[in-house]
Amino acid sequence: MAQPVEARVRAVLKQNALLQADIAGLADDADLYAAGLTSHATVNLMLALEEAFDIEFPDSLLRRRTFSSVNAITQSLDEIGVHKAAA
Amino acid sequence: MGVDGLYGRSGAFEHVIDRINAAISVIGDPDRPEVMRFPPGIGKWQLEQSGYMRKFPQLAGTVYSFFGSDHEHRALIEMLDKGGDWTEAQATTQVALTPAACYGVYPTVAARGRLSDDGALVDIYAFCFRNEPSIDPARMQMFRQREHVRLGTHEQTVVFRDLWMSRGRAIIESFGLPCDVAAATDPFFGRAGKLLATQQREEHLKFELLVPITSKEEPTACVSFNYHRDLFGRAWSIETTAGEPAHSACVGFGVERIALALFKHHGFAVKDWPRDVRDVLGL
Repeated sequence: MAQPVEARVRAVLKQNALLQADIAGLADDADLYAAGLTSHATVNLMLALEEAFDIEFPDSLLRRRTFSSVNAITQSLDEIGVHKAAA
Repeated sequence: MGVDGLYGRSGAFEHVIDRINAAISVIGDPDRPEVMRFPPGIGKWQLEQSGYMRKFPQLAGTVYSFFGSDHEHRALIEMLDKGGDWTEAQATTQVALTPAACYGVYPTVAARGRLSDDGALVDIYAFCFRNEPSIDPARMQMFRQREHVRLGTHEQTVVFRDLWMSRGRAIIESFGLPCDVAAATDPFFGRAGKLLATQQREEHLKFELLVPITSKEEPTACVSFNYHRDLFGRAWSIETTAGEPAHSACVGFGVERIALALFKHHGFAVKDWPRDVRDVLGL
């Protein structure tokens, strides 16, 4: 059964973002940096998202804003062809 | 020395380097930094714990040596005589080349336990190595950095960095050199490095003081001002009095680059340099 993109993003965040807060308690628009996402954890997060969705972020998306919230991540994924309805 | 980016230094050049260091001391010594001097190598484990290999594997240097038997030594000589790759007979030692002067500071400060309220302020001077062979004389593989390193709270380290950004500019201007301060990024490796670099720029963590040496269009970074946030505090478990991971910042003077800039702008004969520049440097 295919999971929505948000749920898959949240699963990757749970494993890789080393947040101080529980991701389940954070809204889709919550600032992940404020929740403890460090720049080095962002690198792990980027690599984990690439693996999970079998994609490669283009250079234009390799910036802080891309990973700043669940919404920002799903929006960036959408930009590179991972759509919300996708498996 | 037969390898791009490795140079011997003349007495005249070294004298200018000494005077640059003295001029930095005139500004920095009143802060009463603790002086620490380290060899051009650090423990390989220190390189590992610092996180350097995660970010700059392409720049790191590790020392290798021969640990073999007489038999293996003969094989090494044979390989050498044949012009083959004799380095295969070597294995890594416990020593890595110092990648930046301040890398010896963090484990040393960490070993002393929690910081005092005043934090720590350290004066460092060391030869550093970066694996980036170049014919640009301002891009050496082995060069010296004079640094002041501050450890403490976020506020203490940001105050330190801002203070040295104005001091650094004042020092270089007093040497009669044209300069600009600009936001900068470290040469992080690979695609992950691009992300680290954009974050570093977006968060204003690194600035460089640039002086034209070999090119006007691409001036050379002669001083860098770096705020590490709590990166090294976490890597080395250095804590403030409040028990938080310590923040750190450093200012690094590339003394050979500053000397090259002086010779480039004022000429090869020190006696012909402008009087006020010679006064500042005591030359």
